[in-house]
Amino acid sequence: MTHMHKAAATCAGVALLVAGAAAQTVQINGAGATFPNPIYSKWFDEYGKLHPNVRINYQSVGSGAGIRQIQAQTVFFGATDGPMTNEQLQGSPGKILHFPTVLGAVVPVYNIPNVNAELKFSGQVLADVFLGKVTKWNDPAIAKLNPDVKLPGDDITVVHRSDSSGTTYIWVDFLSKTSPEFLKKVGVNTAVNWPTGVGGKGNEGVSGLVRQTPGSLGYVELIYALQNKISYGSVQNMGGEFVKASVAAVTAAANEAASKMPADFRVSITNAPGKGVYPISSFTWLLLYESPKDKAQAKAMVDFVKWALTDGQKYCADLGYAPLPENVVKLEMAVLEKVKVS
Amino acid sequence: MTRKDLGFRIATGIFGAVLVLIVASIGYELVRQSMLSIQKFGLSFWRTEIWDPVAGEFGALPFIWGTLYSSIVALLIATPIALGIAVFISELCPGWLRQPLVFLTELLAAIPSIVYGLWGIFVLVPAIRALEVSMPAVLRRLPIFSGPPLGVGMLSAAVILAVMVIPFTSSVSREVLKSVPPAQREAAYALGATRFEAIRAALFYARTGIVGAIMLGFGRALGETMAVTMVIGNNPRVSLSLFAPQYTMAAVIANEFTEAADDLYLAALVEIGLVLFIITLTVNSLSRLLIWSMTRSATAVAASEPTPEPAAEPA
Repeated sequence: MTHMHKAAATCAGVALLVAGAAAQTVQINGAGATFPNPIYSKWFDEYGKLHPNVRINYQSVGSGAGIRQIQAQTVFFGATDGPMTNEQLQGSPGKILHFPTVLGAVVPVYNIPNVNAELKFSGQVLADVFLGKVTKWNDPAIAKLNPDVKLPGDDITVVHRSDSSGTTYIWVDFLSKTSPEFLKKVGVNTAVNWPTGVGGKGNEGVSGLVRQTPGSLGYVELIYALQNKISYGSVQNMGGEFVKASVAAVTAAANEAASKMPADFRVSITNAPGKGVYPISSFTWLLLYESPKDKAQAKAMVDFVKWALTDGQKYCADLGYAPLPENVVKLEMAVLEKVKVS
Repeated sequence: MTRKDLGFRIATGIFGAVLVLIVASIGYELVRQSMLSIQKFGLSFWRTEIWDPVAGEFGALPFIWGTLYSSIVALLIATPIALGIAVFISELCPGWLRQPLVFLTELLAAIPSIVYGLWGIFVLVPAIRALEVSMPAVLRRLPIFSGPPLGVGMLSAAVILAVMVIPFTSSVSREVLKSVPPAQREAAYALGATRFEAIRAALFYARTGIVGAIMLGFGRALGETMAVTMVIGNNPRVSLSLFAPQYTMAAVIANEFTEAADDLYLAALVEIGLVLFIITLTVNSLSRLLIWSMTRSATAVAASEPTPEPAAEPA
């Protein structure tokens, strides 16, 4: 203590103030996915009110950048919409753990002049449209799913994301699972080589293009469609049911996945089996080192994650995210104990 | 030379050297970061049309094409308008209108590009689509107007770029025209020139500066990102059609850099940045060369005709 006092005495007044504050407050920096940014911001804000000594700073720079930054250890935690690959995990300086935090869904949005009915889609049809094989709205494949709707013979304009995003990842993951041809020709990534269509930047770019282009079909996040009151279609799930995306239908998908959850939580729940399940759903993950360098930060972060997985889940519905099923939370709590905080 | 002079000279010399150092280190860093992609694809990166992040195959051709095509079309639209504005303001405009016009053109330059982009999506794109739909079928058969009328695409991007470039080209041209010595115009009038001919003489006198102004606009168009990516359709295919959705180099970097996690993908994106850097450097050097050759030929003309023929006096 005495040498600390001596050192402090030599410092300028400003530096002393900063040093004093740092001794009490734990500052944690994180970066990653943009998709969960609204709920993360809400959590950090609410948690900051309960624990004024913990300050969490999150930069929503994108999943890829989040993974790069936690690998480079420039941030304490990362966040991603698509789980890290095996190569990425091996290329990291320490063992990284995945923690699902909330769930989201992606919905097909469309604009067909003079058609107000809610359309039904299957993964196969959506894949064929995005491959450029189905090009007219009155194509028999679409008409068969929607016998009550009078579809025009207009061309379909495909609208996809131009920026790489978790939304695209979830969408093509679903299309690849339902169509082997889509998997072979396009594949799964946050950005892909689209065979057809136009690219809009961000959810707002895609929905802007869809709203203005007669005959267009695109995809956006469920929250975005809900907040902006854009109409979207229902999608056929593995059991053959047509399900319209909702918070409940997304949690149902996660519930199904919970029984077969791998120990590292890296799981895709698109096209999940089960009743009432919306098939284009996904977790979003926080990334933490199993043995972080700074133990004070580690302790504060683990406490925060515990809070977010329990009390924090009540903020989900208002923001359009689906909360985690209880059994997934239970599994995560067990893994959180493994993080070395001392 | 006093000591102070020497100090000043060294200090400014260092500042000058910093500039060279910055440019060189940008180039070095771009090459270093894109090494993986340079080694894998070599020169074929410049002429490959595939951009497939899933398969790990990358080529810059559609982006190079889209960048140059959109910038050149934008320049073709913007240059006559910008020169018209400059000539009107500096030569013909009534005094009370001048300041408001100058203010308005400079205001155009101050609008953030994201605002241009949103305006593009909600106002310009529907208007362009209406134009595309109403185009007669005969013209639609030409390759330059082929493809479905989407609204988003090369034409929208070029128009929005033109709007963004106009204030730059017109402001600089106006300044250049202002610096034409009054003696030039007076001489033209003294020789019996009409107003149009006098303006033409002034434009000819200022031509190197005007080319510089146009090149400045071209440089701006090459690097513009946000507004373009919002209206160009972001489809990496080489197409001659003004209606087709295409892509630019700056746009693909902005769109894909944040989520690019795998090393080769990242290196390919940085190499796109390197290509843009090289192209911008080349364009700027070429414009320097053009200006230099124009000044030289002008001096040569002046030197070769030391004694102009005496004008025939009217009887």
